[in-house]
Amino acid sequence: MKIIVAIKQVPERDAPIRIDAAGKWIEEANLQFALNEPDAYALEEALQLKESAGAGSEVIVISAGPERAGTTIREALAKGADRAIHIVCDDLPGRDALSVARLLAAAIKPENPDLVLTGLQSEDLGLGQTGVILGELLGLPHATLILKVEKTEAGIKVKRELEEGWFQSIELPLPAALTIQSGGNKLRYATLMGIKRAKTKELRTVTAAELGVDSAPVAVMEQVALPTKQKSTQMLDGAPKEAAAALVEKLKFEARVL
Amino acid sequence: MSGVLLILEDRDDRITRLSWEAGAAARQLAGESGVTAAVLGAQTEALGAEAASQGFARILRVEHPLLAPYTADGFLLALEQLIRADSPEYVVFPHSYQVRDYAPALACRFGQVLISDVIGIGQGPTFTRQFMQGRLNATYRQTASGPCFVSVQAGAFRAESAEAQTGVTPETFSPTIKATQIRTRPGEPFRESAQTVDLGSAQRIVAVGRGIKEASNIPLVEDLASTLGAELAASRPICDSGWMPIERQVGSSGQTVAPRLYLAVGISGAIQHLVGMKGSQCIVAINKDADAPIFEVADYGIAGDLFEVVPALTDALKATKA
Repeated sequence: MKIIVAIKQVPERDAPIRIDAAGKWIEEANLQFALNEPDAYALEEALQLKESAGAGSEVIVISAGPERAGTTIREALAKGADRAIHIVCDDLPGRDALSVARLLAAAIKPENPDLVLTGLQSEDLGLGQTGVILGELLGLPHATLILKVEKTEAGIKVKRELEEGWFQSIELPLPAALTIQSGGNKLRYATLMGIKRAKTKELRTVTAAELGVDSAPVAVMEQVALPTKQKSTQMLDGAPKEAAAALVEKLKFEARVL
Repeated sequence: MSGVLLILEDRDDRITRLSWEAGAAARQLAGESGVTAAVLGAQTEALGAEAASQGFARILRVEHPLLAPYTADGFLLALEQLIRADSPEYVVFPHSYQVRDYAPALACRFGQVLISDVIGIGQGPTFTRQFMQGRLNATYRQTASGPCFVSVQAGAFRAESAEAQTGVTPETFSPTIKATQIRTRPGEPFRESAQTVDLGSAQRIVAVGRGIKEASNIPLVEDLASTLGAELAASRPICDSGWMPIERQVGSSGQTVAPRLYLAVGISGAIQHLVGMKGSQCIVAINKDADAPIFEVADYGIAGDLFEVVPALTDALKATKA
């Protein structure tokens, strides 16, 4: 089975986020970046599928992003992906989901994969659309919010998360595109051996221009701003003990919920 | 091209609350010209009647035997045909899991993107949505011509019931769908285990998030919860890690709660969590990051190290009881 996993490098979860000077994106200087967590689950699912399918299976990681995304791609190779494609582009924030998916689809198509996986959403933009649009552009059936993938005779059977604690099984023929929900598997760490091996694995770079894909956005992010408060929050300052005592007072006599 | 097409979603044969909220956003976009609301399914008479009571300008019953159960392929075919026939300027959806499953592909068929999980609509129009896990807002504008696809986040628009308008008879739209075009085979929805914890009826909830760092630190919040006589709950990452059972998860993929007191410990407040708890009467947040979005919905906040604040709070509560 040939599995492609589309991954994204995003700012680290706890990274301090500031709006950039133009007010159009975030200030990227001094930010630490990491593999988007839902994509880590997609990679894990792909690696487990490969391991259970046995010889002849391949996991290929693909990512669109600037030069620095290379480190995240190497990390995926160190975890066990066989090879990688890096679509080098510096204008990711200015592209909409369709434009990014077109880049990925153009690079994926010649590979003729059996399965295209991606995390259900990115932790930075959180649009949750790339995987679905990829399926559409590649002409593949798709399913979203998937926690488990099982190979069947006719194709695959997946466990899909619905709202409010419900699930559903869906059968799909292959090839197919899936977006993977977090939490379905335990994530693996890269071993020292894996990190060593990753250095010798194929990492092909291709530029957005070489893929010859239309990049004109159909929707643009015009302005970035801090959210407006929905409630006026009373912040309780002081040492932990004082703040805790003040909170108990407030809950007792002001909110009257104790 | 004109008009606003609203796609209503149903569950258990009723139109969802989130659909009515999307309806409020659709009315804002439509202004005087009114909204066309569509229901989809194999049998839509009752849904059409329910929609007709809400004062829409037009009701469309998109009906075909292959539209139940839901499949992305079926909905895509039906809605693509409807939009080509009706040429709306805007197509508005509730931002549900189901919409997330098909609407991005639908927009793609028209060379568009879905402007998703919108929380506000401004002049222009511009559409505001959150990003960076709710820490920032971004304003979007459609730059291409053609239908503009918008999904509406839960809790952002007030689902006011419009005055019942008589005389609107639902019209039927019959899409052409062949069984061979449905490539996926969906099974019946199921639950993993009988829900043994009903957080929905809890009066007090102590919820814990990523800030707790390790499973071995959970007893810290257990202590606080038992002192308060509160149920324990968690955000998604905690349940994903197996530190707490999934039945204690609050948020869009877990339970929706509205206790008298909701105490969020080490929860940053991603929108998926907020939609599950922001109806709580009194919200308290303890988080080391003073800019965390949880403080936007909190009544009281302590920006500090939970490993110091939580034990201090437990002690203070015990002291008032003593």
